[in-house]
Amino acid sequence: MSRVFVCGLGSVSPAGWTVEALRDALAKNEPLPIQPLTRPGWQKPLKMRLVPNPEVRPPFLAHPRLRRTSPITHYAAAAALDAAKFVQNDKNGRRRIGIIVCLQSGCVQFSFRFFEETLQDAATASPLLFPETVFAAPASHVAALLDNTPSVCTLAGDPSSFSQGLALGADWLLERRVDACLVMGAEEINWLLADALWHFNHRAVISGGAGALCLSLNQDWSLGVELELITDAQSCSRLANRSLAAKKMRAQMPPEGRSEFLFDSMNDSPRADAAESGAWADWRGPRISPKRVLGEGLMAAAAWQCVAACDWIASGKCVAANVSLAGQNQQAVGVRFHRASRAISDLSQPAKGGSLPL
Amino acid sequence: MLFPGKPFPSPPPRVVITGAGIVTSLGLGWKQNAAAFRSGKTGFRPVTIFDVSRQRVKTAGEVDLPSMPPPTPWTGRQRKRLDRSGIMLLMAAREAWQQSGWEASDDLPVVLGTTAGGMALGEDYFRQAVALPHRQRMQPTRALHYQAQTQAGMMADSLGFAGPVTILSNACASGANAIGEAWEMIRRGKTDRALTGGYDALSQMGFSGFDSLQLLSPTRCRPFDAHRDGLAIGEGAAVLTLETLESARKRGAVILGEIMGYGASMDRHHLTQPHPDGNAACQAMQLACASARVTAEEVDYVNAHGTGTPLNDLAEAKAISRWAGCRAASLPVSSTKAGTGHLLGGAGSVEAVVCLMCLREQWLPPELAFETPDPACSFRIVSRPEDAPVNVALSNSFGFGGVNATLIMRRWS
Repeated sequence: MSRVFVCGLGSVSPAGWTVEALRDALAKNEPLPIQPLTRPGWQKPLKMRLVPNPEVRPPFLAHPRLRRTSPITHYAAAAALDAAKFVQNDKNGRRRIGIIVCLQSGCVQFSFRFFEETLQDAATASPLLFPETVFAAPASHVAALLDNTPSVCTLAGDPSSFSQGLALGADWLLERRVDACLVMGAEEINWLLADALWHFNHRAVISGGAGALCLSLNQDWSLGVELELITDAQSCSRLANRSLAAKKMRAQMPPEGRSEFLFDSMNDSPRADAAESGAWADWRGPRISPKRVLGEGLMAAAAWQCVAACDWIASGKCVAANVSLAGQNQQAVGVRFHRASRAISDLSQPAKGGSLPL
Repeated sequence: MLFPGKPFPSPPPRVVITGAGIVTSLGLGWKQNAAAFRSGKTGFRPVTIFDVSRQRVKTAGEVDLPSMPPPTPWTGRQRKRLDRSGIMLLMAAREAWQQSGWEASDDLPVVLGTTAGGMALGEDYFRQAVALPHRQRMQPTRALHYQAQTQAGMMADSLGFAGPVTILSNACASGANAIGEAWEMIRRGKTDRALTGGYDALSQMGFSGFDSLQLLSPTRCRPFDAHRDGLAIGEGAAVLTLETLESARKRGAVILGEIMGYGASMDRHHLTQPHPDGNAACQAMQLACASARVTAEEVDYVNAHGTGTPLNDLAEAKAISRWAGCRAASLPVSSTKAGTGHLLGGAGSVEAVVCLMCLREQWLPPELAFETPDPACSFRIVSRPEDAPVNVALSNSFGFGGVNATLIMRRWS
């Protein structure tokens, strides 16, 4: 069996445009400030956590392909370039990088603007907006930035499908189709999306951003983190509700070991969290819930969970991390990463000194 | 486990098609569609499902849905939650399912391609949220059923099975990518069978988008014609049941055809325009041929992406000419978008079923509106109905954003 390693991470979130900002926010474990999101026609605003403007304008925005793009592409591109920085170039030519972008609501800002223009007067709806409404747009732009990208795919679904992106990326690597594979989750927000979310969870705080993991078979490129397993996708259906799907997912994850963390998708909503809470009722170890700190980032939040899990291992805070992706209406999937340089049988023992033997 | 899985089988299993379902503006089901494609019928009419009074173009390949949707175990209220795309998906899936003779299980993978899912529900959500901000009725249902994974789940529920759902959204290549991905899942040994296909319904936003880009033909959709002036939009769905040859034989299933190869490539030239030389399109065909272990000489028919836009058809003509080499002069090529319009996420899967029809029934689908070949076409455009021996067919699908996909299928005899 070939091993798949994590060789780069990227994150754009309400905490900032770097993995370090994500790490700091999650380490503090305090919800970031909430901003009001004006909902036309309502007195009371909706709630959001916005990605702050970058301190310096990212250089990639000068690329001609990104001139008219919407924030989701900016987020995805920033996370992708950060995650791919160690593998993008080599002495013998550019490496082949696969790109998998996972989205739930996708390019909502330009979709809103274009449809609004269509309803006002279809004859004058802007042709500049429409191409950026397509789900495949962010992946296409990231591919153009990275250049040597033979395999590109956009997956849509609830946040659990981020795990399918990871599995597909691993397959591409094992088939030697690419040298490295970026798997991204990205979202952008507007009031209409927040309005839709409000129907299911009045307390939810919408947020946007992106997270990216760069996978490779080459341990030399690794951050010291290995993808250990991805459970089956336990589908929600008439045959199995969300609770049962989450329990089946949990049953496929290993029992809790020492020096392990759980990165779950809970969001302080008793109703929405019930399935996942029940599935992980046996978990006694440390747990981090990125959505509680950053907001409901949909697919971006799934990516933040995985990025944070890998970052916790890479920075020596734990030897293994479990990620629980209990999707809203599609499936529940668990993902587990562990420290790369140690045999799987040793993972129940904490690393000495907490430093990372690369 | 999705990862790690078993080692990929070597050699990979052969993958056959044991069920096919299709819905287009030409008809509902295999029989109606085969008759229409064979004769070169077109399925365009004035758009009735949304306002096109301010659009340049006012026709599309709108499907005439039956007044009674297909039978399901749902209540009337549940049935009402489906939009046009969900109904078409369900009809195509039901036809394929019945033909396959499959039994329900709780681990049957579904791999679908779509660009818009239940976009019409999203549009309704928008209208109500803007016009009546305090009225919440139906909004949660719209928000939920707008999402493609919900539609896939409803489809599975109606057929009595469950399993992991994968939704690919690579624009107009989505349907072909979905079939290719399902084919690869089986070849990787991850499953013995998968239900796959693609679908998209007409939506005001999509129609207006293509019209705003002035990509819609104000006359007739004539792919590869020197006087072509744009594409026609359509809607539809097609679903295939794929399984290993071993599984089909064990069940004594009727085998409709074999998927031999799949190739996908990336065109980074522009978000909405192909590279003028069709480099990535050619690469997708070469990769598909390599995986199918066939050469251009062995391909009997090409179902082109052939949208009818000046740029796509020129790039694809160059790509086919380069890929086919000496074979090009005698290679029959046509684009069935001349009859159905461009079905976006449904295009690749519908055109895969058209290829299957050609393989099963030994005819070629003509483009009756084709008159004057574009000088870049070194191949023969099928412009009249004709019977022909077809043992291997190739289908191209290219998408906004640059993802290209090619499928190769073989006749089963």
